[in-house]
Amino acid sequence: MSDNKQLMLGNKALARGLYEAGVCFISSYPGTPSTEITEEAAKYDEIYCEWAPNEKVAMESAFGACLAGRRAFCAQKHVGLNVAADPLYTMSYTGVNAGLVIVVADDAGMHSSQNEQDSRHHAIAAKVPMLEPSDSAEALEFAKTAFELSEKFDTPVIIKMCTRVAHSQSVVTVGERTVPDFPYEKNIAKYVMMPGNAKKRHPIVEARTKALAEYAETSPLNRVEMVGTKTGIITSSTSYQYVKEVFGDSVSVLKLGMVNPLPEKLIRDFAAKVEELYVVEELDPIIENYVKSLGIAVQGKDILPVCDEYSQNLIAKAFGKDVEKTFALETQIPNRPPVMCAGCPHRGLFYTLKKNKCTVLGDIGCYTLGAVPPLGAIEMTLCMGASIGALHGFNKVRGKDSEGKTVAVIGDSTFMHSGMTGLANVAYNQSNSTVIIVDNSITGMTGHQQNPTTGYNIKGDPAGKIDLEALCRAMGFERVRVVDPYNLAECDKVLKEELAADAPSVIISRRPCALLKYVKHNPPLKVNKELCIGCKSCMRIGCPAISVKEGKATIDNTLCVGCNVCSQMCPVGAFEGMVAGREA
Amino acid sequence: MDTKNIMIVGVGGQGSLLASKLLGHLLLSQGYDVKVSEVHGMSQRGGSVVTYVRYGDAVYSPVIDEGQADFIVSFELLEAARWLPYLKKDGIIVTNTQQIDPMPVITGAAEYPENLVDSLKNAGAKVDALDCLTLAEQAGSAKAVNIVLLGRLSHYFDLPDEVWMKSLEANVPAKFLEMNKKAFELGKNYK
Repeated sequence: MSDNKQLMLGNKALARGLYEAGVCFISSYPGTPSTEITEEAAKYDEIYCEWAPNEKVAMESAFGACLAGRRAFCAQKHVGLNVAADPLYTMSYTGVNAGLVIVVADDAGMHSSQNEQDSRHHAIAAKVPMLEPSDSAEALEFAKTAFELSEKFDTPVIIKMCTRVAHSQSVVTVGERTVPDFPYEKNIAKYVMMPGNAKKRHPIVEARTKALAEYAETSPLNRVEMVGTKTGIITSSTSYQYVKEVFGDSVSVLKLGMVNPLPEKLIRDFAAKVEELYVVEELDPIIENYVKSLGIAVQGKDILPVCDEYSQNLIAKAFGKDVEKTFALETQIPNRPPVMCAGCPHRGLFYTLKKNKCTVLGDIGCYTLGAVPPLGAIEMTLCMGASIGALHGFNKVRGKDSEGKTVAVIGDSTFMHSGMTGLANVAYNQSNSTVIIVDNSITGMTGHQQNPTTGYNIKGDPAGKIDLEALCRAMGFERVRVVDPYNLAECDKVLKEELAADAPSVIISRRPCALLKYVKHNPPLKVNKELCIGCKSCMRIGCPAISVKEGKATIDNTLCVGCNVCSQMCPVGAFEGMVAGREA
Repeated sequence: MDTKNIMIVGVGGQGSLLASKLLGHLLLSQGYDVKVSEVHGMSQRGGSVVTYVRYGDAVYSPVIDEGQADFIVSFELLEAARWLPYLKKDGIIVTNTQQIDPMPVITGAAEYPENLVDSLKNAGAKVDALDCLTLAEQAGSAKAVNIVLLGRLSHYFDLPDEVWMKSLEANVPAKFLEMNKKAFELGKNYK
């Protein structure tokens, strides 16, 4: 085994490709399954990396760095590209100076997402090329190729990852880093996109797409694996791997590494050589519709689903192959959905909201789990920042009916991402809204990334720190309250006061995520079985560390962090091991 | 050689990523093509998690499908039962007997099934069940459940101990190495 050969996560391999390509600047906002690219790249001292407040800012910053003449990069999940779509669509017109590469990571199967959109539509609509690796080795190679294409064709280039490529490890061979430098030159006609200039750039974009389609015909990114003339399958990404798993070398394959623009002649030639043509692609029938638009008979979504991710068995069944059933249990296996962790600071707040029968408009983060039983407190979750905008609209049409019982709940990182503008609208257009910022001092869901409120940067070094209270006051909120969500009485009191107030307010529910390394835990609580009356009051907070065994509450010592929220639920004081009224 | 499939299943937060990392390292060192598929994000929050480890001459798909697993290595009993349909006809389940109640059981909406090891055996599966938590505590840390399980899995592999030890050394911090070696032995030699 060569020393250069390693088993590498797709995202880590892509970061390695960025390093080898001489990338000097990376700005991203975390989002599963894209997060590890930027985290891994940050381990190379030669690359400047940062977490931006959101994807739009990240992409604009990367654009500035490429304009200044150094290769630049940003990564986001599929929905993040919606946020960054505004700069993307016009960067297509300006083109680049040094190369600019963008990763969008789709999440077919919605392992950790709120929708299942197919990002290829963005590449087509923005008229930028899109590459699609099918394993870690390609992720590394395509990252380097993407920069060459970006500079050669004067365009941003998108690399589309998916969960199974991003989060699978496979074998890669690593190489050396070289850093190209492009001097910055003033060019108003190219970089100032006002109508007069943009009008001249649009035909350039159209010509570029033609040139890229021509390149795609012979690019090594696309390859034909011809083994017979009966069946031909056009495929890409992880679908290619499933096709090879099922068929091995028994069918001919056109494997596309570049999915926008598509190579017309290559597809026509491949189609002409086989009797039956199929397209195997996850999500929308984009390649399939293109093939059909050429007047070529093809099967795809008539045998394969649009929804959810694929697998080898799914493809085998679609092609009429038998899939062996082995074992089955008659016993009903209970589901194990994700839950808020033991000691999660969000739990006490959501319990308080439920107890007060609040209508809770939620947002994106771990706290979305406030929607599941037994808390079941959240009634809406849409996209990053939507809680505040939606609350404003809700209160404007319902007025007094809703103002006293409806709240928005948004995390610290999500608030920085796109909650601030919603809050500005509440302040400006004056709805009597109560906004709750659940500040756990980290970006939690994606695995603990720093953000503008934490005071640390991506490397964990001290950085600027935005003061949430001061920010809200500066926007015009006179009522800004801070509560400790471990203290149920305090939460209840402040919530009632702010809902009753005749002015908009912000409540900051502040306590660091219980999983953060610096957070000190208390010893696990104990249940005094003599005192416990088995009333199950403590079960209403949905803590995974508490269960009822033989009629009495029981604490799992391996999970309990002694947060003391359960003991505040207990009518008989059966929980022991905590001093009453815990200190922050 | 045909691709071999190992599934590592458990509850989010139990430490299955280290087990897959160590297996990946071990199998790559033996000259195989290897793919390891992990789970990140929402499902890590105490939900059911699965990691796929595949190796052979040329591995294509990163995932394992129903009826394909040569081994299911389970950190928790209910999870072993959940993933049973993924076991190959002559496959083996190596499972920790630890039980962790999922939220529907905690809230009383469902019951944790009784005698699951027997149910698995009655369904026709080969099951190797052991109390890894107790063995891990014997070795010195409740966190070594993953290494106890790997030790047990090693029992079914025709590989010299040194190879496993090398991967252990490469993947666990030096100060925990002795403890983990003990956990590995306890799993491997469990009767």
